[in-house]
Amino acid sequence: MSKAALEKLRAKFGDAILETHSQHGDDTAVVASERWREVCEFCRKDPGLSFDMLTDLCGVDFPERAPRIEVVIHLYSTQKRHRIRLKTRVGETSGEEGEDGLVNCAVDTVVPVWPGANWFERETFDMYGVTFKGHPDLRRILMYPEFEGHPLLKDYPAEKTQPLIPYREKDEDGKPLEKQAPFGPDEGMSFGRKHFTHGGEA
Amino acid sequence: MGELNRTVTLEGSEAGFATTKVDALLGWARKYSLFAYPFVTACCGMEYMALASPRFDLARFGAEAPRFSPRQADLLWVVGTISQRQAPVLRRVYEQMMAPKWVLAFGTCASSGGFYDNYTTVAGIDKIIPCDVYIPGCPPRPEAVIDGLLLLQDKIASGDRRPGVVKPREDPLRDLVQLRKKGDKSGRSSDKSEKEST
Repeated sequence: MSKAALEKLRAKFGDAILETHSQHGDDTAVVASERWREVCEFCRKDPGLSFDMLTDLCGVDFPERAPRIEVVIHLYSTQKRHRIRLKTRVGETSGEEGEDGLVNCAVDTVVPVWPGANWFERETFDMYGVTFKGHPDLRRILMYPEFEGHPLLKDYPAEKTQPLIPYREKDEDGKPLEKQAPFGPDEGMSFGRKHFTHGGEA
Repeated sequence: MGELNRTVTLEGSEAGFATTKVDALLGWARKYSLFAYPFVTACCGMEYMALASPRFDLARFGAEAPRFSPRQADLLWVVGTISQRQAPVLRRVYEQMMAPKWVLAFGTCASSGGFYDNYTTVAGIDKIIPCDVYIPGCPPRPEAVIDGLLLLQDKIASGDRRPGVVKPREDPLRDLVQLRKKGDKSGRSSDKSEKEST
């Protein structure tokens, strides 16, 4: 619908638009990360585009790709009633281990363009470790500050939890816990219905 | 000397007799005056509201008074998912409650973590605090919760601190059993033997 928007972006930024496609009517442009902020500002301010609403901002992890993480934003124009999706790719995995083996995982913030991006960028930072340069308050939003690593990266171990307090190992009398939930035929139920009823029979 | 010995033994048995009766009286009194602290974190809270409102009327069982300070409560309802971030809060709330205190895990998430087997969720509140009654269900029906409360009252009256699980009123697999072939009794043999034995 807004292929015109993609053409406008291509005409304006040329090589900075790495690729575009319009699958199922969803117009998507992949932007070079160096010009991310510039493209976003243009999308917001150009009278023909005027994308005044930031619907979503999130991250995607592709561990096999060279710029590993995609930052995706979905935009909507309440005046022109059209949508666009912008992506940029950041984050190289290097031999030298930085935090999570990610280096150069940074992109300009879009909070000055759409103030609503604030918490979205904090979430993307929390979950993927993308640093948004110039963000007013970049810290974790969902996980606790003691949490190490970024849980939605594909190389975060699926089983790994980081409890804030140690789990119980002894019961109140100081005896070691054998099993916590009761198991067995009655499951600790001291009255009634110890066995299932089938079709109303006892 | 022999007579003196006999007197001492009699005193001991009388003391034991009196203690059990006081415990029974205390248990009977406590089970009908539970002051609840609802620790409501997730969607099970809606079911808790239905339970506390007139339709299901938790007040019938003397457990309707919510106290919003754990220091005044003796029953902790853990209603909903407990994330790792909330775990210290829940532990502190539990520690602030006066003894005797009981904990009721409302719903699958509080009981075992449910399907949240991931980096952010505590897999069951019994990992951090002792739990008396587990009520499975996502969310549990109010009837199941009332069953759980009655189970807890039964445990309070009898002084039984072992945990218990509320069982479903109907076999959830009953409809699956009917899908099996006629004459294939392998799947039900265990059920039948159980029925014969009861």
